[in-house]
Amino acid sequence: MKSYDSRPARLLSARELAPGIFDFTLNCPELAAKAVPGQFAQILVPGHTLRRPISICGIDKASGTLRFVFQVRGEGTEKLSRYRPGDDIDILAPLGKGFPLDRTKRTLLMGGGIGAPPLLAAAKELGETAVAVLGFRNKELAILEEDFKNTGAKVLIATDDGSYGYHGLVTELAAGEDFQVLMACGPRPMLRGAKALAESRGVPGYLSLEQRMACGVGACLGCAVALTDGSGREYFGHVCKDGPVFPMDMVKEV
Amino acid sequence: MAALNVNIAGVEFKNPIIAASGTFGFGREYAELYPLSELGGISCKGTTLYERPGNPPPRVAETPGGMLNAVGLQNPGVEHFINEDLPWLEKQGTRIIANVAGSSVEDYCRTAELLNDTAVDMVELNISCPNVKEGGVQFGVTKEGVEGMTRAVRDRCKKPLMVKLSPNVTDITEMAIAAESGGADALSLINTLTGMRIDINSRRPIIRNNTGGLSGPAVLPVAIRMVWQVSQRVKLPVVGLGGISTWQDAVEMLLAGASAIQVGTAIFTDPYAPIKIRDGLLEFMDKNGVKSLSELTGGVRPW
Ligand SMILES: Cc1cc2nc3c(=O)[nH]c(=O)nc-3n(C[C@H](O)[C@H](O)[C@H](O)COP(=O)(O)OP(=O)(O)OC[C@H]3O[C@@H](n4cnc5c(N)ncnc54)[C@H](O)[C@@H]3O)c2cc1C
Ligand SMILES: Cc1cc2nc3c(=O)[nH]c(=O)nc-3n(C[C@H](O)[C@H](O)[C@H](O)COP(=O)(O)O)c2cc1C
Ligand code: FES
Repeated sequence: MKSYDSRPARLLSARELAPGIFDFTLNCPELAAKAVPGQFAQILVPGHTLRRPISICGIDKASGTLRFVFQVRGEGTEKLSRYRPGDDIDILAPLGKGFPLDRTKRTLLMGGGIGAPPLLAAAKELGETAVAVLGFRNKELAILEEDFKNTGAKVLIATDDGSYGYHGLVTELAAGEDFQVLMACGPRPMLRGAKALAESRGVPGYLSLEQRMACGVGACLGCAVALTDGSGREYFGHVCKDGPVFPMDMVKEV
Repeated sequence: MAALNVNIAGVEFKNPIIAASGTFGFGREYAELYPLSELGGISCKGTTLYERPGNPPPRVAETPGGMLNAVGLQNPGVEHFINEDLPWLEKQGTRIIANVAGSSVEDYCRTAELLNDTAVDMVELNISCPNVKEGGVQFGVTKEGVEGMTRAVRDRCKKPLMVKLSPNVTDITEMAIAAESGGADALSLINTLTGMRIDINSRRPIIRNNTGGLSGPAVLPVAIRMVWQVSQRVKLPVVGLGGISTWQDAVEMLLAGASAIQVGTAIFTDPYAPIKIRDGLLEFMDKNGVKSLSELTGGVRPW
């Protein structure tokens, strides 16, 4: 059985969650059946040579759908945002290694901005054992709060400008929580803070990383990331195949 | 039905579609999607005598109609290739081309020698990698360099030898003739064209190596032109590549003078591209009463 495949998926619903942030649900039963939280898809944008990597935000095996939440950043995501329900989008998925989830462990899910969506799929699997600490620039950009609450997770929100929830950094807000393992997705400075927090508690941490990609499957070696193995040897691993989720101790420079 | 088989330098390919080096790894990732036996052959990721770490990221960037890459020949070394990848590859029912790179003539020779008694069907000499300081391109941009390297490897390599030419030269036909004089059995062209992109906000090149190799649809016309020029000047079979993403592109490349083609960057856009190109080519031949590929190769009618 193919562990991933490229095929057209019908767009079932498309919604603008916040200015410039879009929420797509795609019908792709075969791909949804294999997906796990933390994996991603390579989305084809017609007229572009390279596909766009977007994380899987929701997996519904019963209805055979995958959910993606993405922010318009440039030409590709802008074109993608103009798709309407009924259109077909070619996706190569599910790719990469996801979050190692353990329902018996209190798990801190730390998300910054557009790093929040992939953690939702993890929250759904963890239910009440998760605490999601999410940071956004302001109230308008604070997305997915209800979705996270519906998973049973404890949800804490921080905004940079204090317009909603805690006024300050997610890392400060998360410092008040008890947890046995940490999973983080977001901008580099937040990932550094996440790593420092997990280290200070002496618990394992996992970081979801980004890198520019071509193939998305481990063939081109384009998406290199500097890693360190157990013996301290440094080498270039690849975000698409070895990740995007990495144990924090392996990542050389966060 | 038209016959898609083609013989290049004594190696029989069941069809003329070969995966291009560096875009297909050692085949495993795409074997998830289709049996590799669907392809005429695979040119494996460039291999060197010893392991190479590759360049720091970012290594890839999109460009209008294509992409830049500066992977820097990251690979586990030829012995790893022979011990870990070949035993699996040789069971896949496709032709295996080892793409060899290095920093010195001796490196190339020793790497090729290690492949002599293996299941590899053909050696492709990559004297045209623009992305590492000592990636071989210095051997690929002068006729003396091309001829010298080809002759040295030819003396020690028992496999059919295909020399892959760099487009980053003033006159590619000179390099082709030099490879022929050096004893090459076939030529493949083109490798990537050196390019650059800059982030206008940070003023940093997008690729960490500053420059990278351009590939994809944008380079197709350059590749067609070069294959056309080269195929008129040498007797060797030419494998054409550079920007092929549709079966129409493949037909064009054959008409320009290629005996077979390689598909690279198009695989990133559509992993099934090689299969679609093969099927489209077959349909085109059948529709037009073309019985064999040799009726297409070099069939362009120049003004
Ligand atoms: C594993 C992974 C998961 C991701 N998940 C999400 C997600 O769930 N939601 C979301 O909004 N964004 C996500 N991103 C980031 C998203 O891929 C980029 O924002 C997007 O590729 C930008 O494309 P563009 O055409 O709009 O921008 P452009 O700048 O025009 O893109 C040009 C090229 O650069 C690449 N590129 C630009 N920024 C990035 C980046 N940050 N990471 C990787 N490649 C980039 C593009 O893919 C394209 O090849 C993810 C990235 C990775 C690597
Ligand atoms: C990511 C990437 C890696 C490559 N690595 C190699 C390599 O190791 N050896 C080689 O001879 N060519 C390498 N190439 C060049 C391709 O084999 C091919 O010559 C070039 O990309 C043009 O063909 P295309 O437009 O179909 O990709 C690489 C190309 C890309 C895009
Ligand atoms: S994108 Fe090709 S190896 Fe990761």
